[in-house]
Amino acid sequence: MAEQISISSWILPFVIAAVFLHGLMNNVRVFEVFTEGAQEGLQLAIKLIPYLLGIYVAVGIFRESGAVDLMVRLLNPLIRLLDIPAEALFLSIVRTLSGPAALSMMAEIFDTYGPDSYLGRLASTLTGSTDTTFYIIAVYFGSVGIKKTKYAVPVGVMADFASLIASVYIVKRLFP
Amino acid sequence: MNKIFAFLILGGILAAIWNGNLDAITPVVLESARTAIERAISLMGIVGFWLGIAKVAEESGLIDRISRFIAPLFRWLFPSIPKGHPAMGSILMNLSANMLGFGNAATPFGLKAMKELQELNPRPDTATEAMCTFLAINTSSVTFVPATIISLRAAAGSKNPSEVLGAILFATTCSTLVAILADYIFRILYRKIERR
Repeated sequence: MAEQISISSWILPFVIAAVFLHGLMNNVRVFEVFTEGAQEGLQLAIKLIPYLLGIYVAVGIFRESGAVDLMVRLLNPLIRLLDIPAEALFLSIVRTLSGPAALSMMAEIFDTYGPDSYLGRLASTLTGSTDTTFYIIAVYFGSVGIKKTKYAVPVGVMADFASLIASVYIVKRLFP
Repeated sequence: MNKIFAFLILGGILAAIWNGNLDAITPVVLESARTAIERAISLMGIVGFWLGIAKVAEESGLIDRISRFIAPLFRWLFPSIPKGHPAMGSILMNLSANMLGFGNAATPFGLKAMKELQELNPRPDTATEAMCTFLAINTSSVTFVPATIISLRAAAGSKNPSEVLGAILFATTCSTLVAILADYIFRILYRKIERR
């Protein structure tokens, strides 16, 4: 475990150093070019603010209202059929909306059931294997002003569902 | 996206009425709005910094070199991006940052990729096929080093925090394969519908 974390703390500084070194070797005016790129980045980030605002408020309302609970109850037959714990389904719905919310739910499951329980392992696998689909689609498309997203949403939902099924299967298989 | 946005807000308010916790909504709106702006400000720093680094890598020809290396795979995944287009490099940087578990470093490259893909878009309000494929792979997230999860497991007192690595790799591979396959099928179906 310590090895894993130290690898990732090495990579970023290495990438930054490699980029600057390669830049200097190719006679790039590194500071000026860096500031040009940062300028573009800042403009991009400003353009993003309205989208972040909309998504955060909508997700906040949805989360606090107990709507996810209702959805899980509606999907109850599916839960029984596929043998998915309700907590896991709940978590995978939250995961598509908000990364921090999913991480705190996972931590909550660790506290209640223990990280090495079936639910604890399942929660880790689920959180690690998907991303905040709706958030990414909204922000990425929003940043370039795309309004018709074609089939991006159903594809994202299908992939998230696949990861839920795969997580339940593999955790049962690996940790009987 | 409009439908999802409306569904989240209206569904949330209806559910709050149903559950009798309408009182919780107003504070959540204020709280979320504040978090969004805080998040936007921290994102400005990160996006600014990484796009600065990316610009240096671009000018020095580093991104060019890396994208040439990975081009065969990308030509298969993104047939509509012309050879040597900068979007390839940004997509590559975004996916590698995702794989290594650097969520924060991935976003700037993702946004840059979208901007460059948009330059190839004949209809600026409609997503292109390359954008859909990119988001399909991005949202299904192939992660090799889920550092946050391992550290949270360790913090919760797990005996073996990294024992879930294999399971995560399996599940994330499944979801990415499903994403690529679903994207491919939808792309073909969509073309047929559009031709009509």
